Amino acid sequence: MALRDIAIVGTAQRPSEVNSTFTSVEILLPVIQQLLDKVKIERSDIGFWCHGSCDYMSGQPFSFVSAVDAIGAWPPIIESHVEADGAFALYEAWVKIQTGEVDVALVFSNGKTTSGPIDQILSLQTDPYMVAPLKPGFDALAALQARACLEAGVVTERQMAEVAARSRRDARNNAVAYTKGNESADDLLAMPYTLNPLRAHDCATPVDGCNAIVLAAGDVARRLAERPAWIRGIDHRIDTQRLGARSMIESSSAAIAAQKAGVARDRIDVAELHAPYTHQELLLRNAMGLSESTHINPSGGALVANPAMAAGLARFAEAAESIFAGSADRVLAHCTSGPMLQQNLVCVMEGE
Amino acid sequence: MVGDVFVAPLVVAYPYKRTVGTLLSRFFTSLSECRLEGTRGSDGRVFFPPAEFDPVTGAPLTEWVSLSDTGTVSTWAWQETPVEGQPLGHPFAWALITIDGTDVPMLHAVDAGSPDNIAIGTKVKVRWAQDRPGGVTDIACFDVVGGAS
Amino acid sequence: MSEADGLVRLRQPIGVTYNWSAGPNATSHLAGLMNGQFVGKRCPSCALVYFPPRNGVCPKCAKILAGDVEVGPKGTITTFCIVNVPFLGQKIKLPYVAAQILLDGADISMQHLIQECEAEDVRIGMRVEPVWKDKSEWGATLENVQHFRPTGEPDRVMGAESGAS
Repeated sequence: MALRDIAIVGTAQRPSEVNSTFTSVEILLPVIQQLLDKVKIERSDIGFWCHGSCDYMSGQPFSFVSAVDAIGAWPPIIESHVEADGAFALYEAWVKIQTGEVDVALVFSNGKTTSGPIDQILSLQTDPYMVAPLKPGFDALAALQARACLEAGVVTERQMAEVAARSRRDARNNAVAYTKGNESADDLLAMPYTLNPLRAHDCATPVDGCNAIVLAAGDVARRLAERPAWIRGIDHRIDTQRLGARSMIESSSAAIAAQKAGVARDRIDVAELHAPYTHQELLLRNAMGLSESTHINPSGGALVANPAMAAGLARFAEAAESIFAGSADRVLAHCTSGPMLQQNLVCVMEGE
Repeated sequence: MVGDVFVAPLVVAYPYKRTVGTLLSRFFTSLSECRLEGTRGSDGRVFFPPAEFDPVTGAPLTEWVSLSDTGTVSTWAWQETPVEGQPLGHPFAWALITIDGTDVPMLHAVDAGSPDNIAIGTKVKVRWAQDRPGGVTDIACFDVVGGAS
Repeated sequence: MSEADGLVRLRQPIGVTYNWSAGPNATSHLAGLMNGQFVGKRCPSCALVYFPPRNGVCPKCAKILAGDVEVGPKGTITTFCIVNVPFLGQKIKLPYVAAQILLDGADISMQHLIQECEAEDVRIGMRVEPVWKDKSEWGATLENVQHFRPTGEPDRVMGAESGAS
């Protein structure tokens, strides 16, 4: 069966905030409405809705069910949810459109990341017998990976600081970003370690946020957007959950996903990498074979605004917008999940 | 109250009690008796904590290997401000530690005193917990062999 | 630790403390309860009155609810069940009646207890009123109401359009 041409035709994101007093539903609803207005479609035009979020984030069992309130599920709709980043919901929606059952899907994700101790909450997804009882935070696990990379000469502390400095500078032009700054790498290197070998700027800023994307097939996509961002390849790979059994200094799952998604087939103008730690951006660039000519994270990336379960879909939104704007022709969007880049989803999009 | 909105602490807790299966039952029993045991895979690699299934063939692993209580740090990070429930209440190192005679490192804490006392390659030794109900926390932490490396 | 079957059970409690926000829309509802009032919200689009105001949105129209509306305190039973099954954490003597109650002026029913009458006398359409706990026990919760009890007023015939949930 030939694959259908499917494209992102619209995106919307909520500006990041911390300690939001809105409920997840109150956060989501205006963003979804804004997206429908932008794409000029009605709720009834959406054939499939797919949502990415995590109940652990909101501290409320079945919060994803109440989130349906934000999309107006009456008369009844076709809806699905992944307990994961919205990027994985986008993958499911892409598959749903591929089946031919629907032509238009709306994908959305949200994370109220700052209402709980996110570093410890994320660690609850580690091995429940051998790792989780020790309560290592996610930052600590990333720090172990960073140390291995530094000692192996795969990255340097200066390169890591340069990633942070560039991200904070680029964030100044992004209304959605939270952490913004104009520090030099030297300024950042002068800061103390928070979790040696990591400094505060090496770790992503947890924020509350949400976003939404409309996917459409073929001529429907051409009707809804002037310049759709066509998905040319998408792939998801996972490394072993056994932390010690993985290479700390490369990401084999990211490398395979990038290869399967066809990253190397042509030049990538813009890559939006979901790298919550500075050294992970460097690891991902290596794994995907991205060259110096690729503009990495012009949005500032997840480092400057990391709404858990929404930061990956945000990369898709940012990458697609650069196609819409005509500032890029071939882009890469990436999402990671799990400790130390355990899971990697890679997508290549092109303008026509 | 934050601004005009009601905000309150919310505690969500679950008292999980996990049945760990036959292989890990033997493993956790050995830990409670201050012994380290791993399993050997089809390619000869020894796993500690034991792998239940062969990473190569998927077959259940049955060959047990007795191990010493010493190992080597393969990477580490310094937890300057411990969080409640972590292995130590004062600053310590997280480390991936390869137990001597095994091929795959495990995560645990090293009571190194200072980040100056630990490095990749540092030899460490198990410090057993006083109370050992069976679990990875039966190992209280690791000590640096001979103090500073 | 090891049990009769030779298998180890690990006790691995987990717990997380959150800073839970009720959200601006539910706050007026909770503040109302602290004053002994039932405060709902109206959908600006379909005009339905929600009590409680759920997540602050109308799930039919996908609109943020606007405007506080005081409802009740009396209401009508739209459906009910008689609970005879004991379960962990049960606080009330069996048998008891759990009912969906449509407060006067609201368009969505809410669940509460019916007491001060025989379970077998409870019926759809029965008029009920709240019995509040002593004020000293009040918090931002519907538990401020001990239970509902029959008012003795004539039954209200429930139309298909009301209190469907």
